Amino acid sequence: MSGPAIGVRGAGAPLETITAPSKPRFRAGSIVWWIVFIIGFLYFFLPLLGTFAFSMRSQPLFSAYAVVVDDSQFAASLFYSFVVGIITIIVSIALIVPTAYWVRLRLPRLRPYIEFITLLPFVIPPIILVFGLLRSYSGGPLPLAGSDTGTDVLLVAAYVVLSFPYMYRAVDTGLRAIDVRSLTEASQSLGAGWFTIIVRVIFPNLRVALLSGAFLTLAIVVGEFTIASFLGRPAFGPYISLLGGNKAYEPAAVSLISFGLTWIAMGIIAVIGRGSRGRVQLAGAH
Amino acid sequence: MTASPSLTARGAPAARPERRFGWAWLGVVPFLVFAVAFLVLPTSYLLINSFVDKAGSPTLGNYAHLTEPNLASAYAASIEISLVTAIVGGIFGFLLAYAVIAGGLPSFLRSALTTFCGVASNFAGVPLALAFTFTLGASGILTPFIKAAGLSLNIYSKTSLELAYLYFQFPLMVLIIAPAIDGLKRDWREAAESLGASSFEYWRHIALPILTPSLLGTMILLFGNAFGAQATAYQLSGGTINIVTIAISRQIQGDVANDPGVGYALAIGMVIIMAISIVAYTLLQRRSERWLR
Repeated sequence: MSGPAIGVRGAGAPLETITAPSKPRFRAGSIVWWIVFIIGFLYFFLPLLGTFAFSMRSQPLFSAYAVVVDDSQFAASLFYSFVVGIITIIVSIALIVPTAYWVRLRLPRLRPYIEFITLLPFVIPPIILVFGLLRSYSGGPLPLAGSDTGTDVLLVAAYVVLSFPYMYRAVDTGLRAIDVRSLTEASQSLGAGWFTIIVRVIFPNLRVALLSGAFLTLAIVVGEFTIASFLGRPAFGPYISLLGGNKAYEPAAVSLISFGLTWIAMGIIAVIGRGSRGRVQLAGAH
Repeated sequence: MTASPSLTARGAPAARPERRFGWAWLGVVPFLVFAVAFLVLPTSYLLINSFVDKAGSPTLGNYAHLTEPNLASAYAASIEISLVTAIVGGIFGFLLAYAVIAGGLPSFLRSALTTFCGVASNFAGVPLALAFTFTLGASGILTPFIKAAGLSLNIYSKTSLELAYLYFQFPLMVLIIAPAIDGLKRDWREAAESLGASSFEYWRHIALPILTPSLLGTMILLFGNAFGAQATAYQLSGGTINIVTIAISRQIQGDVANDPGVGYALAIGMVIIMAISIVAYTLLQRRSERWLR
């Protein structure tokens, strides 16, 4: 009976109360979705739990971890992979940033071709890449595969190639968000050269993209097995594999440590990239 | 040489002459040289030598060898494992993403899942294989329970490998498909419901047709992701499982390298399959962008 009152209230109500809240309502179907989630959780969680439980079989408790941490090869291989990862990041950034910047500024017509090249690692998996590298550089004019230093070069080069797809995409997306032309012209009018522009103007503007790319690279490189093992390098991946064949409980401990390292790298990326959602992290070191 | 000041869009004089064709391309030379040296050249080496026989003369015979039972079955097993993990991982990854995005679950679960998927999609290779060995292997933690349930699982089998691959396949699906699910507009559902559509009809006629290109495309990406995987399979099976990447590994080590040309053909065959899947992915992704975003 109090019809008119409702009408009056409705007309004067603020807009937010009329439009529905953006979150979906609690539907009857959500029990199904809980079940889906729990199955997923168990599937993800059980192998980690299993690995942890296995590592605890060694007596006394946590002795597997103590043995691993004391193992000089553990530290040495982890350090080696870490250094390789850092060099990879530096080379990758030094190659990709000026190229993506230059293409955007001066050679927009080349962009599809450069992008195509950076996506090639999706088509050429690590096993094929290392196969080709070994055969191409085992002899001939540049026998890199013949020496330790040469093989280190090949390893870094292969990792840089693996980093191309996401590094280029991150940098290109970052460049799209800033006005490259105006920044360049402004810097030039203040007397900056190309090196100064790239290092002191472009780099700082790409900080988020570069840091995410760097930690993703680190996460991939530190555990990578295929390329490192075929090149015969003393890296962390081959070390874990060797340990897995020789020891009982220690490999379980190292696997969990490796998972933790990946987790740290991804956590840092999540913190850095907060606010820029929807970036897909796609890598190829399985 | 355009020395005269040209009018730019903003009316300000350009800092440097804009049109200097012929030299600008020098800026991409370092990248191109690197890409040619460490990506194009190695792959070309494999490609060219896959058409060369032992005596050094041109041949197609290396590719004919791929039909031998051992190599053909390696391809078959690789394709099977990749298909199974792409489909199962794709469907379950989609359900999982949908559950946390639109299934009425607490919203903190979404960010937790996203972070975890970032980790899990990169947690692959040797540690992943070891984790599955410790869980489902001969002396694995879960093995007694599986036996008690009357089941058995051989850790060296294709099924085990598929179970392990799914560990990086699900998360990748969740990460890639989440934006597509976000793109489903509430208005569409409300419009459908106001016209009397049931939930089933909404999915059948609206949501699924819109999502299909993304779903298919991402599954194809998962296919390629599994197809190229080597470390996980090598570690889990001790290098015994007969799939393409392991067959190539044997060729690299030279164990059975009485004929290197066959190894190159094996590798190029793999690249071709990867290329087809990436092209299909790109086409489908382009199609899905019509509706989403």
